[in-house]
Amino acid sequence: MLAKIQNNRNLLGYAFMVPAAFLLLVFLTYPLGLGVWLGFTDTKIGRAGSFIGFENYEFLFGDSVARLSLFNTVFYTVVASILKFGLGLWLALLLNKHLPFKTFFRAVILLPWIVPTALSAIVFWWIYDSQFSVISWVLIRLGLIDSYINFLGDPWNARLSTIAANVWRGIPFVAISLLAGLQTISPSLYEAAAIDGATPWQQFRNITLPMLTPIIAVVMTFSVLFTFTDFQLIYVLTRGGPLNATHLMATLSFQRAISGGALGEGAALAIAMVPFLLAAILFSYFGLQRRAWQQGGDR
Amino acid sequence: MTQRRDFLKTSAGVAAGTAVAAPAVWTPSARAQTWDNEPEKGASLRVLRWSRFVQGDIDQYMANVKKFTDKYGIEVRVDNESWEDVRPKAAVAANVGSGPDIILSTNDDANLYPDKLLDVTDLCEYLGAKYGGWYPVCEAFLRPDGKKWIGVPLGASGNIIVYRKSHLQAAGFEEFPKDTDTFLKMMKAIKEKGTPGGFALGNATGDCGWTYWIVWAFGGKLVDKDNKVVINSPETIKALEYMQELYPTFVPGTLAWLDPNNNKAFLDGQVSVTNNGISIYYAAKNSNDPKLKAMAEDIHHSALPIGPVGEPTEWHLFFNQMIFKYTKYPKAAKEFLRFMMEEEQFGEWMKASFGYVAHPLRAFEKNPVWTDDPKATAYRDCVKNMRPAGYAGSLGYASAGAAADFIVPNMVAEAASGARSPKEAAERAQKRAERYYKI
Repeated sequence: MLAKIQNNRNLLGYAFMVPAAFLLLVFLTYPLGLGVWLGFTDTKIGRAGSFIGFENYEFLFGDSVARLSLFNTVFYTVVASILKFGLGLWLALLLNKHLPFKTFFRAVILLPWIVPTALSAIVFWWIYDSQFSVISWVLIRLGLIDSYINFLGDPWNARLSTIAANVWRGIPFVAISLLAGLQTISPSLYEAAAIDGATPWQQFRNITLPMLTPIIAVVMTFSVLFTFTDFQLIYVLTRGGPLNATHLMATLSFQRAISGGALGEGAALAIAMVPFLLAAILFSYFGLQRRAWQQGGDR
Repeated sequence: MTQRRDFLKTSAGVAAGTAVAAPAVWTPSARAQTWDNEPEKGASLRVLRWSRFVQGDIDQYMANVKKFTDKYGIEVRVDNESWEDVRPKAAVAANVGSGPDIILSTNDDANLYPDKLLDVTDLCEYLGAKYGGWYPVCEAFLRPDGKKWIGVPLGASGNIIVYRKSHLQAAGFEEFPKDTDTFLKMMKAIKEKGTPGGFALGNATGDCGWTYWIVWAFGGKLVDKDNKVVINSPETIKALEYMQELYPTFVPGTLAWLDPNNNKAFLDGQVSVTNNGISIYYAAKNSNDPKLKAMAEDIHHSALPIGPVGEPTEWHLFFNQMIFKYTKYPKAAKEFLRFMMEEEQFGEWMKASFGYVAHPLRAFEKNPVWTDDPKATAYRDCVKNMRPAGYAGSLGYASAGAAADFIVPNMVAEAASGARSPKEAAERAQKRAERYYKI
């Protein structure tokens, strides 16, 4: 009997999947399910709640701060992702060339990604400080401005400053991943194009970009997800201020759920992010998925 | 709660559990209760507390803990977390029913889960009777129903005016203004002299507490006694109009200020007046930098000016001590808190904390920490003069939620910076607060 089971490839296959399934269920499905459930309850920290249907969502919809945080989050994600993609692709193309000290540069640009966000955020906090900003200090010494720039004290300045810090941190991930993609493109394609007299732009447009789309899809999906759910940077730099101008849904969710004790409402706010994240994933999945010809097919 | 403005109740009134305010005469020790408590055999305790703001605090606290262990043979493990991290940890401990036996936390935390906390009425009555009674605000926080104590008050970290005397003198002010009108004139004068003041208007959890002071000073308040939201009132609007005049006197960038900003700017000499704990002075005094040492000479403290309501309306960071019902050693936990609150320990701890923590019990007014360095004296009455952020209502999820959502600080910042008119800012705050107090 035992031998029969041991020889049954199907059963053995399932057995090997059990640990992974267990981990997924316990550490992903359960917390997500719990979050969804909490969003439909009025649970407070230290007090079990009861089911209240969509009341939390109605509350949030009518809440000007929650709506502002949605706008902030979308704005933050869209602008930061576009910048990260553009600059990251540019950096990848540069690094793909034969530079001196190539390996050194490739290692160095990963640094912003490696440094813990909480630490780099503190550095940005000093850079943006309203009294001690090094940028303001330099510009004043150069005689370009006559008062310190209010980086984090003005709503729009604060939004753009936090985006700049996020972009700085996110570029290496995009650049290194795209660089890996670039290196899988066969040089013979470029040789053939060169023989046909293609300009560098034509080569980029008709070889590099199409061959890179699958990687771009994956990288940008991840990048958008990371940006949309950013927390640490905002928490260190502004705590959502000034006047809630930089509150993202993640930071507001924390503020409501943990500092404010309204677990249910915080969970609802966090769950409200899911449709946006799903939309981003579906967009990249269907919009940028691998075409047959990219796998060597003939269409 | 309803007797907030009444004078302190006597211990007899407390013991009888009456809700009637008793005469203002205090008769100490005559009525002192005896303490009878036998810690469990083989007990051990875990304490979670906010990490020190000044080094002397934790050194003396641990020395007191060691004294306790030596005396009772009870091991006590003390963990430290940044004060803002204690709040979620305490809430989770309450929620899951396991964790540290005792948690030292802040503000209205105890009011979020009163059912999960051990009744410490006997302990608080004993301490109150022995040490001249608790200041009224302690009852607002920890005796919500006027009968049962759900935690033992520890005191408050005072958040009052820190200023440079020479800068005020240069602008023609010998003393720090006692009322809000003179305060405004003074702020304008020092701004003109090029030595402006600055107060945090960002989402700073501690240092934005002054925004409550200014609203209360003009008679505005978030809710009335029955937890009805009344922030959109003519009094609040007066306070916000005052803020419109005050804000231009601030150093630029205060809208972005979080808790550490004013300390940094003050110690760098960029700000002459701000609100803070005693930590700025402490840092300057203990610095090896001769420039900072000289600045310490010039640093003075003052209570926040009194507004048209004619009484102090301060906000400070309140500290409580909670024993959770799930503890296996409730008697040992009570004994620990009693031991730590007794004069031999608490007095030493106050001294070592350099005035960072203002006492909750009247008898400690005489502690030498308030007179050894005259500059600490201004912090003495912090617990006496303070109100909870949820004033004048009862505390709980609504008050904690509204405070954590920065409703009042945001309102003041909106009106001050001109992002909204005082009327609009007050209306918006009213709407936001009503969501918490669910009308």
